[in-house]
Amino acid sequence: MTTTTPDTDHQVTPTGGLVVEDLGVTLTGRPVDVVDDIDLVLRPGEVVGLVGESGSGKTTVGTSLLGYSRAGAVISAGKVLIEDRAHPGAVRDVLKLSWKEVRQLRGEEIAYVPQDPASALNPSIRIGKQIVELLQLRGIGTAESRLQGARDGLAEVGLPNDDEFLKRYAHQLSGGQVQRVALAMAFLPKPKVLVLDEPTTGLDVTTQKMVLDTMAELCRSHGVSALYVTHDLAVVANIADRVAVMYAGQIAELGPRETIFAHPAHPYTRALLDSIPHLSQARALKGIPGRTPAPGARPEGCRFNDRCAYAVDKCREGVPELRTIAPDHDVRCIRVEEIGEWDIHRGTVPDSDPSKARDVILSVEGLNVFYGRKRVVHDVSFDLAKGEVVALVGESGSGKTTISRSVGGLHKEWTGAITFEGRELAKSARRRSAEDRRRIQYIFQNPYLSLNPRLTIEQIIKRPMELFGIAKGRQATDRVLELMDQVALGSGMLHYQASRLSGGERQRVAIARALAAEPDVMICDEITSALDVSVQGSIVALLEGLRKERGISMLFVTHNLALVRSIAARVEILQAGRVVEAGSVVTVMETPQEDYTKKLLSNSPRID
Amino acid sequence: MSATTSPPRSSSFFRKALRQKRFTFGFSVTVLVVAFAVFAPHLSPYGENETAGPPFAKDGVFGTDYLGQDVLSRLMHGGQSILVISLLATLLGMVVGVLIGVVAAYSGGWWDEVIMRLNDVLLAFPQILLALVVLTALEKPSNLVVIVLVGASHAPRVARVSRGVALGIVSRDFVVAAEALGERRSRVIVAEVLPNMTGPLLAEAGLRLTYSIGLVAALGFLGFATDPGAANWGLMMKENQLALSTQPWGVVAPVLMIAIFTIATNLMADGLAQASQKGD
Repeated sequence: MTTTTPDTDHQVTPTGGLVVEDLGVTLTGRPVDVVDDIDLVLRPGEVVGLVGESGSGKTTVGTSLLGYSRAGAVISAGKVLIEDRAHPGAVRDVLKLSWKEVRQLRGEEIAYVPQDPASALNPSIRIGKQIVELLQLRGIGTAESRLQGARDGLAEVGLPNDDEFLKRYAHQLSGGQVQRVALAMAFLPKPKVLVLDEPTTGLDVTTQKMVLDTMAELCRSHGVSALYVTHDLAVVANIADRVAVMYAGQIAELGPRETIFAHPAHPYTRALLDSIPHLSQARALKGIPGRTPAPGARPEGCRFNDRCAYAVDKCREGVPELRTIAPDHDVRCIRVEEIGEWDIHRGTVPDSDPSKARDVILSVEGLNVFYGRKRVVHDVSFDLAKGEVVALVGESGSGKTTISRSVGGLHKEWTGAITFEGRELAKSARRRSAEDRRRIQYIFQNPYLSLNPRLTIEQIIKRPMELFGIAKGRQATDRVLELMDQVALGSGMLHYQASRLSGGERQRVAIARALAAEPDVMICDEITSALDVSVQGSIVALLEGLRKERGISMLFVTHNLALVRSIAARVEILQAGRVVEAGSVVTVMETPQEDYTKKLLSNSPRID
Repeated sequence: MSATTSPPRSSSFFRKALRQKRFTFGFSVTVLVVAFAVFAPHLSPYGENETAGPPFAKDGVFGTDYLGQDVLSRLMHGGQSILVISLLATLLGMVVGVLIGVVAAYSGGWWDEVIMRLNDVLLAFPQILLALVVLTALEKPSNLVVIVLVGASHAPRVARVSRGVALGIVSRDFVVAAEALGERRSRVIVAEVLPNMTGPLLAEAGLRLTYSIGLVAALGFLGFATDPGAANWGLMMKENQLALSTQPWGVVAPVLMIAIFTIATNLMADGLAQASQKGD
């Protein structure tokens, strides 16, 4: 991976970089901290990864560097120091600048690359013109040289720069291309500092790798410091020089990449690392119990104390200081010295045994799927044994979800044969027998869409039981409580409406709803991709338990190869609607035969 | 398991709406006008058809009308029928329209096309035209006929709106999930789709109520009142337009009542729409 190894003598010189001192952001109207006590240094030419789960305040910190806070929040304290271009040697505080100066500074000295590349570009202006306009606005170059400047910028990020490309609109580019255009635009005014807010979320691994390489390359060649905001620890492990881990609005741990991943000191960092699957070895993933506290509902003392495995009474007393425990390594925990060393191999389990006897329950033969006249899946065959997890893996557009929907009877334009216990299944769920519908359950990717927000948890989980005549009335309610217990939801939530739950809780309800039908096969369509890693860890642990206890077979659709290693026994690698490689997880991942598989594996970010 | 919105939900929606100033204002004025129409007849100084003085005289608060009846008393009596007819017509139009729209959106494809194109044909008629044609043909129209006609003229418009709202819901995964479980189609519509449409539908209902009042008043003004002797805000404008320059109250008073009421219901509808957008 093209990582810049940190020079040993990075200095906070006034000639570059950026210093954040004691930054605090509060909500307007209420004295509630969104983030507080943030101290961070971006040295020249260095990439700092700012990692945190949703609600940790990482994006708030990112935009604060540009003197911006979203509506409803206000930067209430601290300094963001940057070199003064007009007076070399002097520094100035971004937060104290006038509105006009801040406008000038944004883009020219501190650039921002937003999460959603599609919304960052104007859909009705051609790419070339947008870049030229940017140069015009910044007063860079002359009218004649600007077009050439745009071409150079595009060449720098590895995009074509002929007239045809300059004339395209944003929607005519792929996601990766749009993001690289955004990168080119960020770099053109030659900023000193770059803030990237999850720029590769939603991109396929291959595209992600390309964007990350481009970014790292540019940062190095231009001597730009970058703050890379993300929830993805694996990405940070590949590109950052230093890593700051945020939790509940504070930096929990800060240190060089090697230290953070090899010797994490904060219990939260360790818990995060425990919940991440590795490419090289199956792991028993663990989640972090509880949920990230919202601003205003954060516990007294150490903010992680209510979810921490090492918490003692003293942790609830005062907010711990961020203290230096080794050169360049700061941790916000009072018990660092007492909680011992951490080992990356903790949680490693043997890969599933490829030679295990298989008792096939569901098989797919020669499946072709169509959308109208367009054929999107070509002659796919695979099978699923009892108590086994088969993963369908591929990039977006590979047809993995389409296949799973056809198997689940949600998409009916297909040919071929799907056989369940020797019987052929009808095309749509409605035409299948109630018994078949009960025994094959589908869990959706997005828990925010798959639960009716107007119904209560009880109503949602109870419905399959009533529908399939498994239980009703009082008895059904007892069953619901039992299931909620199994998926680790408190019984207090029985009468909550789905709209009150967090993403992870919703996905648990969706799993409980599937379990309520007492299925033999569960089809899981990217069920963890909308969730934080710690939540993903606990969902995977839950599924693994269910598989072992109840012998449920699962068809697990995902784009995350590392996750496959930890959860599945067999894997089907899909590309453009075809299976390119299939087999047991160990065989495929240890000794991939096809180029495509090898490419996927080498492009997947890895932390091991 | 009840299919409709649970009570705590709707009351919290109401509370959310009350935080909108325009809703609070519109709602209170609407309540006032309704209370006026309901209770005023018992307090009116004269009877509905009682002569109070010479025609178009300045006696009493608002003077007298073309037959010498007290305008204030007529105003007090004339509200009930117009409000009841409008309300029932709106209800009818909403129920039929929502049904058409949701069924079209949920069936999708060919059915959707057929239903909505037929709907477009109905939409092509100006709202009042259909009512006028039928009323002219009928000798003695009853209130029921007026309700059905006004309701029917609303239905295609409501259908368009509710189809639009429903389209965004039927594609959501929880509807697909219900399908995959093999729920009956009617139950999917009633239990999964409709409860998620309440916000926008309430707003539409408010708007439709406004239009209903306008329509019913217009029909009265055009002389299609079901009982020519009874007081009616629409009819009053027609009866007293002769003396608009000498005794304007006969026309202005009912116009004001209709204006106040439509503005109030419109504000209420607006507030509901905003509250439903902010929700979820």
